[in-house]
This record gives sequence, C-alpha cells and structure tokens, in this order.
Amino acid sequence: MFFKMVFRALTRRKGKHLMTAFTVGLGVSLATAMLGVMFDVGDKVNRELKTYGANLSVIPRGSSVAGEKYEFADEADAEGAAGEEGAIDRSGHAGHAGHSGHSGHSVQDFLSRARIPEDELHKIKMIFWAYNIVDFAPFLSTTVFVGDNPVNLTGTWFDKRMVLPTGDEVETGVLPLKSWWEIRGEAGDDSLPLGVMAGETLARELSLEPGSSLEVSTPAGEKINLTVRGIFRSGGEEDNELLSPMKLAQDISGLGGLVDRVEVSALTTPENDLARRAAKNPGSLSRMEWDTWYCTAYISSIAYQIEEILPGVRVKAVMRVAESEGTILRKTQLMMLLLTLLTLLCSALAISNLVTANIMERSVEIGLMKALGATNLSVSLLILSEMLAAAFLGGAGGYLVGLGLARFIGLTVFGTAVEVKTVVIPLAALMVIFVTFLGSLPALRALLKLKPTEVLHGR
Amino acid sequence: MTENMMEIRDVSKIYGPLRALKNISLDVPPGQWLAVMGSSGSGKTTLMNIMGCLDTPSLGEVTLDGVRLAKLSPGELTAIRREAIGLIFQQFHLIGYLTALENVMVAQFYHSMVDEAEAFDALKKVGLGDRAKHLPRQLSGGEQQRVCIARALINHPKLILADEPTGNLDETNEGTVMEILHDLHDAGSTIVLVTHAPEVASHAERIIVLEHGRLVSDNAGKNGPPPADPAKSPGAAPANEAVGEASDDGAAIGDDAAVKAANAASDPGGLNPTK
Ligand SMILES: Nc1ncnc2c1ncn2[C@@H]1O[C@H](COP(=O)(O)OP(=O)(O)OP(=O)(O)O)[C@@H](O)[C@H]1O
Ligand SMILES: [Mg+2]
Repeated sequence: MFFKMVFRALTRRKGKHLMTAFTVGLGVSLATAMLGVMFDVGDKVNRELKTYGANLSVIPRGSSVAGEKYEFADEADAEGAAGEEGAIDRSGHAGHAGHSGHSGHSVQDFLSRARIPEDELHKIKMIFWAYNIVDFAPFLSTTVFVGDNPVNLTGTWFDKRMVLPTGDEVETGVLPLKSWWEIRGEAGDDSLPLGVMAGETLARELSLEPGSSLEVSTPAGEKINLTVRGIFRSGGEEDNELLSPMKLAQDISGLGGLVDRVEVSALTTPENDLARRAAKNPGSLSRMEWDTWYCTAYISSIAYQIEEILPGVRVKAVMRVAESEGTILRKTQLMMLLLTLLTLLCSALAISNLVTANIMERSVEIGLMKALGATNLSVSLLILSEMLAAAFLGGAGGYLVGLGLARFIGLTVFGTAVEVKTVVIPLAALMVIFVTFLGSLPALRALLKLKPTEVLHGR
Repeated sequence: MTENMMEIRDVSKIYGPLRALKNISLDVPPGQWLAVMGSSGSGKTTLMNIMGCLDTPSLGEVTLDGVRLAKLSPGELTAIRREAIGLIFQQFHLIGYLTALENVMVAQFYHSMVDEAEAFDALKKVGLGDRAKHLPRQLSGGEQQRVCIARALINHPKLILADEPTGNLDETNEGTVMEILHDLHDAGSTIVLVTHAPEVASHAERIIVLEHGRLVSDNAGKNGPPPADPAKSPGAAPANEAVGEASDDGAAIGDDAAVKAANAASDPGGLNPTK
C-alpha cells in the first residue's frame, strides 16, 4: 500500500514531481559534468597545459641553452670537453672546413660543443617517475644551404617507437610533444630519411608547398634532394626551420648518434618549499626530506633523476611554465569543486521550496493521515520516498545529460574527450540523497508540527 | 452496560483569553447516538476533537472505553485514535490522487493490514460498489461523503465521530448519509454527530446543546427511543419536543437552551440516567 501511495502520488501529481525531478536533474547534470571533468581532466588539463612547451630541457653538461660558449671555439677546449663527456664522435667532419667560408667560425663552435648520445635517450623513460614523462624529443641543429642562403635544418624524432629494456613500448617525438602545431600536408615520418617538414615562415620565403621538392647543399658541398611532406606552424622559432629525421641531420653534420638537446614534457606536482630548497641544493635536505622529495613528482626531482640516469647532461627546469601549470590546474579544480557545491546548494534550495510547497498544498491530506493514525515517521517517510523517487528519476536523467555535458566541456574547453569515471555514479546518487534530504528538512519540520485539528475542520 | 463508552469530567479547553469549552461533563454510553448542537463557535468541534483524541483538554479528564486519556503520550493517543475512532468530516478529506477504494485502504494501511476485498465490501455497504475505481473528483459530494464514511468504518471503530457530515450535502444525499448512520446505530455503533441542522439532530436519540463553550441542554432521559423510521422523511415532522422548539429558528436554540441549562444547573453531574 505504501508503494502504491507513493506511486499514485507520483503518477497522478506528475507536474509537481516533474518539477522536482527537473530541479534535481539540473543540479546532478551540472555536478556530474563538473566532477567528471574534474576527475578525468586532472591529467588531461595537465597534458593540455604542458603543450604550451616542454617543461624540462636536457642539454649536455658544459653547454648552455643560449649558446654563450660560442667564444671558446679553439680545438683544445673542444677536445677537453670531449674527453670530459666521452661522447663526441668527430669522425667524418673533415669536409666541413671546405665550407667554413659560408658560416664563419660558427661551424667550429658547432663542432666543439658537447653532445648527448641518442641511443641513451630511452633511459629518460626508465627513471622513477617514468610514467610522468609524457613525451620527449631530441634535437640536433645543422645548417644547409638553399642556393647561397643558410637555412637551419633540425633533426628530430617525429614519432618514434622504441622498446625499452623493460619490455615497455614507448612512442614519442616532436609530433606528440608539440601536439598543438598546425600541420598542412603530411607529418614527418622517421622512416623516410629525405622527407622534411618546413616551418611556415620558411615555406613562404621559399614558396614551398606540401609535396614540393627542395634541393639543399650541405656544408660539405654535397647536394641533397629533400621532399617537403608538410608545412607546420608552431608560433615559435621553428617556423624558420626545416625539421628532418634525426639521421639526416646527423649525416649532414657528421655527428652520427648524437643530439644537441632533448625537450621533455613531464607531469609534475606543484612546487612547494621543500621542492624549492631541493632545487637549489639537494644536499641540504635531511634524509627524510630527501626521500619525500625524491619520491614526489616535483619538477626538480624529475630533473635530478634524469641527470642521474644520463651521465653528462644537465637538466634545466623551465620553472615558470611548470609552476603555472600546477597553479592553474589546482585553481581549475578548486573552481570546479566550488561550482559543484554551489550547484548542489542551489538544487537543495530549489528542492526545499518545492517540498515546502508540496507539504503546504497537501497539509489537509497529511493532517488526515495523521488523524487516521499515521505516525509522524510514516508520513515523513511517505513524503521523502516520493521526493526521493522523483529525485532519483531526475538524477538518472541528469547524470546522462551530465555525461554529455562533460564531453562537451572536455571537447570545447580542454580539447579532449572526457571519460566520466564510474566513481561519479555513486557520488551522483549520494548527491541526490543529500540534496533531497537537505532540501526536505525545513518542510519536514513543518510536517511534524502540523496538527490535524488545524487543517481538518475548514475554519 | 457496565461502563460508558466515553466519560468527560469537567473538561475545559483554553485558547489564551478564550475558553472554548467550560467545565463540560458528559457520559456517552455504548451504542448511543448523540447529537451535538450549538451556534457557530460554541465549541462543538473542539469537544469533538477532544473526544477523538485529536486534541487534549486544558483541564479535566476524558476516559474512552475505560482508558484515561490524560495519562497517554501523543504516540499512544495516535494509537487509540487508530484503533477506536472513526472520523467523518464535513469536507470529506479524501486523498485526491487515490481512488475511492484506495482511500478506504489508506485507513487499513495505517491501522494494520490492507485488505482490498474488505475495503471493497465497505464501499458496497455505502452503495458505491460501482464507483470503487473512481478518483474523488469524479465523484459527487454525496458519494465522496459515503467514501469518507466507508473509510471511517473500515477498522470497526468503537466510536464514530461525525462533524457536520451533511453540511456540504443536498437533501437527497443527506438522506442517504443519515440512512447509513441509522444502519450503524442499529448495528450497535456509538455515534457522536455534530450538526447545525435540527432535522439532522432529530435522528439522534440524545441531543446536547453547547453555548459559548458551556453545555446548556441535554435531553438525555427526557427522550424516548428515536422515531420509528425517521429516515423516510427526515426533518419533515418534528421528531421530538426539544428539536421542535428550535427547528424554525437556529438562533433560538441558544436562548431556549440557556433556560434549560439554568434548570439543569443544579444537577450537572446527574444528566445521564444510565450512569
Ligand atoms: N486552535 C485554536 N486557537 C484559538 N482558538 C480556537 C482554536 N480552535 C478553536 N478556537 C476557538 O474556540 C471556539 C470554538 O471553536 P469550535 O471550532 O469548537 O466551534 P464550533 O462550535 O465547531 O463552530 P462551527 O459551528 O463554526 O464549526 C471558537 O471561538 C474558536 O475561534
Ligand atoms: Mg466546527
């Protein structure tokens, strides 16, 4: 009978309960979307934010990103550096001298700098925080000539697959690392040694189109016929360059198996005091602090671990970016949480109004039930069940709408498809119950106080 | 008849400065049909609420079927109401989204267990066998009142309280309702009926009159048994002396009653000969 009454009240008072369902549905859909986005996008926001640039730059020790060392270009220095790093392969560079007229002493500088062996780079994916390394790509810059004009040709991995000693397969390169680049034509392919991509500015200067062929001469005077597979726009300096598979740049520069620098994008934990102290000097930490620091994905500890595993490199954190990533993510999540709570509060308020109106409207009916011998508890249960039933109906609908909304937010705001985690379902159910109870509370108090004598005799 | 169904001793109900009931004492023996009359605001509904355990007196004592109500908690009063009282209202108070049958079953539900067949029988008894599946708004006023009566009877109450059950009905429907009450009375139910209308009150075997919260008239003992068949022509002929005096002018009841009250004042506790 109880369920019959609830059911009848639901079906024969459709309008009112639809309002309840709608209100709850609205709240739940927003909350679901927010929570879904919050849970799933945590990583994705980070991933999206990191696309504004790699947050770690790996360079050979004794080198510098800005290249201030160009003055020390004499043979002895270079030899010294080579001995120190033990990684320079200078075979086959003899021919460069012939072309030095083109580039002045920069070829000398170029040859004298320390480099990183390409075949050790996979180790970056084997540090403690390997799974936080999202992407990385090595770069080796050389100069080629189009007619008499020097053009930067940078060798890189476009999208390289490799198998780690651990058996894990890794796919990384400049394309995933710089996923925001706009590409016209085809992307570069590591297996096509003469296929290059041209930066937009350069392409305009040289009137290159996807599919064009381009003859360049190496500093050694060798002519090479390249195919321009695609044109990219990075918004950065790369727009003036040619990007080629690593092998080509190494062949041209005579630096087989070596790279200039590696850009790494890692998911990091926002910096705190500990991280800042460690970044200055890891030695200053106590044993415990050091463990904590090492086992947290601070950008400084990731940098430290890469330096550990690749001897002879220096890892520079691009701190500003890393910090703002963390801050933005935290703020975004906080904002979503706040919005979720506000949404729920608004729903509870709206529900409160609806339940109160419902009870006012039915005061006679409630008085009658009490007069017939219904206890406060049973009447409250009846009203609550009705509300909950309507609320759950709305909640289910709201959840479905919320899924769509989350997708929409994911796609439009973060440019990624959000998969709402299943944990959101029980959360949504809890929200429905919470909102309904909270909203019903004031009305239920009125219900308890309601005296049959006051409503039954039409005074 | 060893005990009264209801004993009311010196009951007063005080609302702030207003005394809605003033020292009412009244005994209702089992099986009696009692009519309560009085002008508007004289305290009829208040008295009825106290009898029906919907309200408690400010002063005085009420005993229902041997149980002293003053000692009971609100929860126990609710239980007594559920077990012992059948309520019939002027406004019917049916639940709008339930059918006639379901409205009767609600009373079963809050009493004990629902029994659809029994509920349907109760509707048949009030002549609504073919209206069981109708919603209240699909029923006429008289039909709604009969559903209300069926609901009041479904749990076999010891005491039936009807507050102006015919107040919203036309004469034909009033007749039908009075017939049902007669049947109940004949079957031994104790009935308390509040009414403004003398011709309705005339169906009862005993009539009391309230005036400003005071019991001013009680024809218990002065009356013989109720008229042989009043339902045939309700109100057509004055059924007894007390009603006959008042039937032409409702306002006169009070005046006449006041005189009677004065006569009876010397013996307030001995109104009921059955005691
Ligand atoms: N809850 C209350 N608070 C204050 N005063 C009340 C309350 N209930 C009833 N009264 C007052 O008590 C008096 C008796 O009311 P009651 O409802 O018993 O009258 P009644 O005889 O049933 O009148 P009517 O014939 O109009 O139904 C009235 O003056 C009324 O205003
Ligand atoms: Mg009244």
